[in-house]
Amino acid sequence: MAVTLDKPTRVHRRLPRSVGFDRLLLLLAMLFLWQVLTWIAGPEVITSPPATARKLAAIINAPDFLGHAYETGRAFAAALIISLLGGLVVGLALGSRRLAGEVAEPLLVALYSIPKITLYPVILLLFGLGVSAKIAFGAIHGIIPVALFAMNAVRNIRSVHLRAARAMRLTPLQIAIHVLVPATLPEIVAGFRLGFALTLLGTLIGEMFASQRGIGYMLVQAMETNDTGTIMALALLLVTIATAASWVLLRLDRGLHGNEQH
Amino acid sequence: MSRAGFIRLLIVAVAIVGLEVACHAGLIDPITIIPPSAMAAGAWKLLISGRYTEDILLTLGSVALAAALAVAGGFGLGYGLFRLPRLRRALDPLLASYYAVPTFIFYPLFIVLFGLNRLPLVAIGFVFAVVAMAINTLTGFERVPPVLRRTARALRLSEPAALVQITMPACAPYLFTGVKLVIAYSFIGVIAGEFVLSGSGIGHEIAFAYNNFDNPTMYGLMLLLIGFVSGLNMLLFAWERRFYRRRGLT
Repeated sequence: MAVTLDKPTRVHRRLPRSVGFDRLLLLLAMLFLWQVLTWIAGPEVITSPPATARKLAAIINAPDFLGHAYETGRAFAAALIISLLGGLVVGLALGSRRLAGEVAEPLLVALYSIPKITLYPVILLLFGLGVSAKIAFGAIHGIIPVALFAMNAVRNIRSVHLRAARAMRLTPLQIAIHVLVPATLPEIVAGFRLGFALTLLGTLIGEMFASQRGIGYMLVQAMETNDTGTIMALALLLVTIATAASWVLLRLDRGLHGNEQH
Repeated sequence: MSRAGFIRLLIVAVAIVGLEVACHAGLIDPITIIPPSAMAAGAWKLLISGRYTEDILLTLGSVALAAALAVAGGFGLGYGLFRLPRLRRALDPLLASYYAVPTFIFYPLFIVLFGLNRLPLVAIGFVFAVVAMAINTLTGFERVPPVLRRTARALRLSEPAALVQITMPACAPYLFTGVKLVIAYSFIGVIAGEFVLSGSGIGHEIAFAYNNFDNPTMYGLMLLLIGFVSGLNMLLFAWERRFYRRRGLT
């Protein structure tokens, strides 16, 4: 029995220390799977990995790509700042007040779960065609998960920390900076990771429906002309960017915890 | 009713009445937003006219199929990743970035694969929702206290029996969250697909009404949709509460 009892910890210890090799292995496996799918479905349905990479290089080297990327990047950066900072402030404020949190949580969850894409016409009517509608659409996708993560994290802070802060007569801002944020950093980073991805999604959807520029516009054009090569190449680009950002945030999180291995 | 519940109701009521008053006072252009009463009237009218019944049923059917597949598939995927910690660790950054890609850009690809029918839309809803279920299943399984696992082993439960009788009830909150997200995401996937490229369904009708400045129909359909999703979520929430109360967790 004793042997089976410490089995889980032994399994954990047997995990190789560096995850890099596993990631490489996984990447190769996924590329292989992709290639197999291409063989099954045919190259005109799913372009093969090398063909997609070539297509992506061609798209990036095309003269108008920089303008599209700049347009998307600008809108996404603004939306990201609103989502992350706004979500953080809302989450910390609601989390540290019990009643406010109880009132707001079901409302936030309800807002999070409605298909925001149907609200697109409303956003367009409110903000008009242009960059502000894209930013608004990106921000409404990202802000709620960030706020929910931060709020739940603040609620689970040990009350002795908060009592200590009160005993030292810290102002609310000081409490937020010196107590709430350090105590909830892992959850905040988890919220940021999801917020990053969803804000990018929102911004792209915004561009798809009402824009003449940007990566979302390129996507919708490729969809309408059934240009699978471009769709796959742009999807590859987006996955790469979002995964890289997620990885950087993960590293940041681990770095802040010292050498804790997960 | 709890105090928080009362305040919440009050906030929603004030928001609706405020919008109604602002619309009638002319503070908001009726081309932008129509008063909530007009939205409700629009929703009621299109429900009894029966013109949209077919679209509504089509969308709901596709969403139901996509959600059922996503719950089953996501649970299996989450469980598989839980059993393979090495794969799970390597996959970590990808799981968080999965939702950055608008899945419905693959609609043309799915049309070629599945034909010009409702199946590509179901596929979009499924692909969009399945990972949310997988992530929640995985998180839930990882948070099951070790003492429960040890209990299962002490009782010499087989792996399936331990799964059904111990692990799944223990991570029920995460599974419920997963199912709620699956419902929301299948709706988003299917409706976004209809919005962009389909000729039928609620999403298509909303886009059509929007392009024709038909605000009562557009807001009516949105209201119906949001009401339906919220209603479904509240039903799940009530069921979840009852489930916890039976286990003495409230």
